[in-house]
Amino acid sequence: MSETLDLAARTGLGTARTEGGPFRGLPIRLAATLRRTGLYLALPLVLIAIWQGLFEAGLIRPILLPPPTKVAQAFVALTLSGDLFRHLGISLLRVLEGFAIAAGIGLVLGVGIGLSRQLDRATDLTIQLLKPIPPIAWIPLAILWFGIGEGGKIYIIFLGAVFPILVNTIDGIRQTDHRHVELARILEVSRARFIAQVVLPGALPAIMTGLRVGLMVAWMCVVAAELIAASSGIGYLIMDARQLAQTDQVLVGMITIGAMGKLLDILLKEIERRLITWKTVYSGL
Amino acid sequence: MVAATARIEDLRIGPLSKTYRLSASSVLALKDVSLDIAGGSFVSIIGSSGCGKSTLLRIIAGLEPSDGGPVRLGGRTIERPGLDRGFVFQEHRLLPWLTVAANIAFGLKGLPKDEIRDRIEAHLKLVGLEGFANAYPAQLSGGMAQRVAIARALVNKPEVLLLDEPFGALDALTRIQMQQEILRIWDVEQTTMILVTHDIDEAIFLGDEVIVMSARPGTIKKRLSVNLPRPRDRTSADFLAFRREIYREFFTEAEAPFAYVI
Repeated sequence: MSETLDLAARTGLGTARTEGGPFRGLPIRLAATLRRTGLYLALPLVLIAIWQGLFEAGLIRPILLPPPTKVAQAFVALTLSGDLFRHLGISLLRVLEGFAIAAGIGLVLGVGIGLSRQLDRATDLTIQLLKPIPPIAWIPLAILWFGIGEGGKIYIIFLGAVFPILVNTIDGIRQTDHRHVELARILEVSRARFIAQVVLPGALPAIMTGLRVGLMVAWMCVVAAELIAASSGIGYLIMDARQLAQTDQVLVGMITIGAMGKLLDILLKEIERRLITWKTVYSGL
Repeated sequence: MVAATARIEDLRIGPLSKTYRLSASSVLALKDVSLDIAGGSFVSIIGSSGCGKSTLLRIIAGLEPSDGGPVRLGGRTIERPGLDRGFVFQEHRLLPWLTVAANIAFGLKGLPKDEIRDRIEAHLKLVGLEGFANAYPAQLSGGMAQRVAIARALVNKPEVLLLDEPFGALDALTRIQMQQEILRIWDVEQTTMILVTHDIDEAIFLGDEVIVMSARPGTIKKRLSVNLPRPRDRTSADFLAFRREIYREFFTEAEAPFAYVI
């Protein structure tokens, strides 16, 4: 143990040390990392602590809101029985199927509408009318059309995800820099090259935003659809637990949904970072 | 090198006018402008902002129509943009997602791969950016980015290079360096150069001729032949005499006599 510490000191990491504060005496880089991680985790940890504290003080009834310790136990039990990840896997698969269809149709249609004024005129009213209808409002029809099988859920997910993707793609293409349009005219650039090298790369940041929002909506839609009509999936897990008044399991399901949403967003953000290397992002004050 | 020996054709502009129609009124941006530019010469057009000098350049480029007056390059009438005319904008307008090489190749078409590679290489060398083929625009300084823009405009071997205040956004030292560079490039490429600027020194330093324009409506006020040998000394008495002459077109002697940028 002391040998590792000596090594850290000799590699130069240990040469500069912070002088004050909670991480006093630690190497500066390590202290900075700890500080950032601490800031990131502080709020959720405080919320959990308050939640546990309310339970310990006897201020909340465990049946209405079980304490974090109880939820953690339920999480371990559901993980060990395999139920949690089985349902999670089923939900994820539905999201990926619905999202893939939405991304395919949204991108192709969005690029088409973005490029063609005629197509924009022809589709605008329909899109604007369909867009405000919440995907959940389609569930009664989806059940009639598809039963409680996979088709209905994928249809709901598709409806939720397709509009953010479509609208952002159209917007991104419309925001093509007119100075680049002029440049392409000067150089007599062909339409195909203009689209491939000017329009699409320029629209890519907006398209990625559309995909991220779309994926998030897709994830919310699958849970909504499963809450109402399903015999599997994370939404079903929650509904099933509610009927048995197992609120700890309900909370495990909810927290899993949140964690999965965060993971999916990290994934798409990383893809965006690798695709769009030319843009410097404003990171706040 | 057939292109180098072929004679560069003269440019005959106008007489032309240009009106911009606004919602309620219309503005006469150019009025009865006539200009003949000899093939292979370097012409500077100078004027205060709003005098229509950029509009004139855009009409020559084919980016905007005139009210009807003709622009002829040799026997051809210009109505739309074409590869016989290159254009360098004030901002570099490089595509940020393409490498320097891909930016230069952006306007190249119908050429075999090795010809494209050769041309990119030759033009990177011409503008002094060998080794930067794979860099991205964000990694370049303002002067370097403008060099790439010049290479991109020249890679199609145009007869005329139109320069719209190309060094206006650069710092003073880089600007002087780029002025020397553009003369060297002109010497190699032998294209006709038309430079729009509001920098009197720049206009005299670069031009065989300086065209002075006046504003509202934009007309050609004066045409000066700069019969000074190159390389020109910006501090010589002859140079200063030209500077004073042009300066007097814009200001009276009493006003800030040492300023030379309008």
